[in-house]
Amino acid sequence: MNIPFPDLTPAMPEVIMTSAAVLLLMLDLCFKNKALLALAGVITAGAVLYFLPVSMGETFGGMFISDRYSLYFKFIFMVNLILTILISIKYFQKQDEETGEHFSLLLFATSGMMIMASAKDLIVLYLGLELMALSTYVMAGLRRQNIKSNEAALKYFLLGAFSSALLLYGISLLYGMTTTTDIYAIADHINEIGSTHAFTAAMVLIISAFAFKIAAVPFHMWAPDVYEGAPSPVTAFMSVGPKAAGFAVMGRVLFVAFSEVQADWTAILIGISIATMAAGNILALVQTNIKRMLAYSSVAHAGYALIGIIAGTDEGLNAMMAYMMIYAFMNIGAFAIVILMNKGKEISDYEGLSKERPVAALLMLIFMFSLTGIPPTAGFIGKFNIFLAAVEAGYAWLVIIAVIFSAMSAYYYLRVVRNMYMREAKAPVIITRSLTLDFALLITAVMVVLIGILPSIIVR
Amino acid sequence: MIESIISSIGIGGFAGSMIALLIKIAIVFGVVMLHVAYATYFERKVIGHIQMRLGPMTVGPHGILQPVADGIKSFFKEDVIPSGADKAIFKLAPVVSVFAALGCLAVVPFFDGFVLANINIGLLYIFAMSSLSAYGIVMAGWSSNSKYSFLGGLRSTAQVISYEVALGLSLVGVMILSESLNLTEIVNAQQKYWHGMFIIPQFLGAFVFMIAAFAETNRAPFDLPEAESELVAGFFVEYSGMRFALFYMAEYIGMLVMSSISVLCFMGGWTLPPFILEVFPSLAAVPGLVWFLFKIYFHVFVYYWIRSTLPRFRYDHLMSLGWKVLIPLALINIVITALVKYYC
Amino acid sequence: MTPKIFFIYFAISMTFMSVMVITRRNPVHSVLWMIGLFFHIAAVYLFLNAEFLAAVQIILYAGAIMVLFLFVIMMLNLKEEVVAPRFIGEWPIGVALGIAIITMIIYSVFTIQPGPVGEHTIEAIQKTTHAKAIGSLLYTKYIFPFEIASLVLLVAVVGAIVLAKKR
Repeated sequence: MNIPFPDLTPAMPEVIMTSAAVLLLMLDLCFKNKALLALAGVITAGAVLYFLPVSMGETFGGMFISDRYSLYFKFIFMVNLILTILISIKYFQKQDEETGEHFSLLLFATSGMMIMASAKDLIVLYLGLELMALSTYVMAGLRRQNIKSNEAALKYFLLGAFSSALLLYGISLLYGMTTTTDIYAIADHINEIGSTHAFTAAMVLIISAFAFKIAAVPFHMWAPDVYEGAPSPVTAFMSVGPKAAGFAVMGRVLFVAFSEVQADWTAILIGISIATMAAGNILALVQTNIKRMLAYSSVAHAGYALIGIIAGTDEGLNAMMAYMMIYAFMNIGAFAIVILMNKGKEISDYEGLSKERPVAALLMLIFMFSLTGIPPTAGFIGKFNIFLAAVEAGYAWLVIIAVIFSAMSAYYYLRVVRNMYMREAKAPVIITRSLTLDFALLITAVMVVLIGILPSIIVR
Repeated sequence: MIESIISSIGIGGFAGSMIALLIKIAIVFGVVMLHVAYATYFERKVIGHIQMRLGPMTVGPHGILQPVADGIKSFFKEDVIPSGADKAIFKLAPVVSVFAALGCLAVVPFFDGFVLANINIGLLYIFAMSSLSAYGIVMAGWSSNSKYSFLGGLRSTAQVISYEVALGLSLVGVMILSESLNLTEIVNAQQKYWHGMFIIPQFLGAFVFMIAAFAETNRAPFDLPEAESELVAGFFVEYSGMRFALFYMAEYIGMLVMSSISVLCFMGGWTLPPFILEVFPSLAAVPGLVWFLFKIYFHVFVYYWIRSTLPRFRYDHLMSLGWKVLIPLALINIVITALVKYYC
Repeated sequence: MTPKIFFIYFAISMTFMSVMVITRRNPVHSVLWMIGLFFHIAAVYLFLNAEFLAAVQIILYAGAIMVLFLFVIMMLNLKEEVVAPRFIGEWPIGVALGIAIITMIIYSVFTIQPGPVGEHTIEAIQKTTHAKAIGSLLYTKYIFPFEIASLVLLVAVVGAIVLAKKR
């Protein structure tokens, strides 16, 4: 039998990423110094960035599509990957739990996200999601001596398995009704025969699974425990990567496959979005642990980004994508500061940071302002674009709700700032600097300010 | 053959084929049970002579009626169920063992055209059934509520799972060469080559299969699940009477099944290699069943031979042999076979 | 007619076995019921002429995965389910949600219109044999998902070793 060899050019970034991940697993045996693995990871990301622009088109019999939409998300994943690698080198050395597999799993997770962003077929989408999810479950449990880390991995795994099941139920329903798993063919089919309740059921199941990945209410329960328990660099990684990947597939499936039933999913998403913003912001108010606070803030940010999808326009989608990019910079920056501190678990640990370490405090201030959405930081630009798109699409009332919650968020973000600048330190603040961590902080801080001043570099 | 007789007396269609099938099942079952009875006798004789003893001699001439006496004894023995046992599972375990072993026979072609169910996935069906045999042992080990049987059950689980991988992979080469999973077609495919036996191109696969088959049937030197000398009989230590005999039967049927897969997949089944037939054309007149049985008994003899020669493996040696030697060998065999098949 | 009777039998007994799996107090019994369930699922595959899938279902699920399940349960020696007090008291909400979801699914199931018949009908599979059909599909049309699945399994193996090995 003659088996045709598929055209690999459009999938070149994924090919590089997966081969590098496998290679890293083997290199792990040869090198005692894990920083070399990290370097290899960064080089891989660089190679992928180089190949991204030339990798356009469809391949694998139309199961894989590389278009501008997926390229943008892949760019976010690369930013996420590079920054995470930079902030994790020192962290694991400090914890004395250094594993080479960490870097290889990071690469595997990223290839899963890239496959998700490029999936034109629901089977590919599911497998990419599973590749990403399995790697992140393991990474969440990398601190094996730490019981919270174990809890995080287990919780994430169990709930993630449920969400995968929901996704598969939805896909199987769709397949039964259309006998195809191609996202575009499903859209044609719905166009032809119109929607039924069964299509709505499938859509609800699929949206639930995606809502789990982006940690939207009511599928957010895992987020605080997992974020708190997982090693901090991993938390930074999975608060951005899986979320962006979830938004990527959500955008493609809803805008393409279910474009005919836009009114239905808009109604569902509005409910989810309001609940997400409410739960995220209100629950963040009472947190004392900074990682839990950032977890709820991450839930809240998913709510804002959802508004971009609800708008249902290309502008909305673009604003959502830009928001994800900005969120990557500001959130990883905030986590970098958390990693920088030797003792930085509680929000009260940040008291008096400005006296002892003014630069670190200033950077944290920038990230907190940006997460709140205060100009002239990037966070403001992100929210502004999304709200603008939503107002243009006629959802002014939703924007008003979002702004109210956004104002509420200032309380808990600025509490960190108040602790840093207006309180005296109870104990001396010790930080562990390293070249890579400094570099990551530099990139994130510069980008957050730069995007705030010159939004055109990121919003197209 | 049987079908034509049935239809000649006027029962046709579905009912006729069902009756023919039942008659075939009865024949196979009877023959296999007889084989099992005399396989034990054969074993004791072979091992006896290897160890310079005579083996059973008392019951009948040269002890030929010994299996009958054994059967009658186990049938009338008291059936003891330990008080702490999980009764339902305790009773189910030997049945599952025998069921899994007998189930395999459904797809084994004994000679050209004589097979109970000629299905497309014969080989996979046998894997499925033999993977079930682990349950009989596990259930027996767990439900007896005894340390020794429990240890035997655990050992067997790990052993059977590990060696099943090697067993399955070792036959992939045969599947590639014959392009089929049907056992009859695999035999026919071997006739197309001059050697008439896949053991020649697939010597690596045959080697892995033989070793894995020993482990899969829990025979020496891999008889850790029973290990009489350390676990006093392992998983069936609590069984007596007929239930004990069922486990014994399952073991010997399992041996027969593994031997017949080896004969069918590697040694040409009921056929003779073409190069032998060229030299002795008159051998073609001998019925295929004779050659099939001859090859099977050769295998069965090897089982006894090895049992009486080799000491038992240590448990960690068993595991590392399975995972670090046999599985890689089987994988290499697959790669080589696929490459040769593709490029030649 | 005969296939229908068989199907009804399998459907009923599968439901029964699923209920038994989740209601048994002894985890070993649950696993054994589950194995019975897998056999029935394999039989349903046979109705679709998916004999390869049926065999793989038994070899992998019944023969390998459930044995490992049993192995772990036996190692832990859980004779009876560990009874812990419920630490959240929101079961009425769970029940309500469950009923809501079941209602939604039942309601929507009646509106399902089966899609157009694909090219791999039962007759087509009968002609090519199922193992061949599935093999050629996996290596042509579905080569990409097939490769990703291999990566997923690789990650699972690496993850299990990373989390379990002694250091």
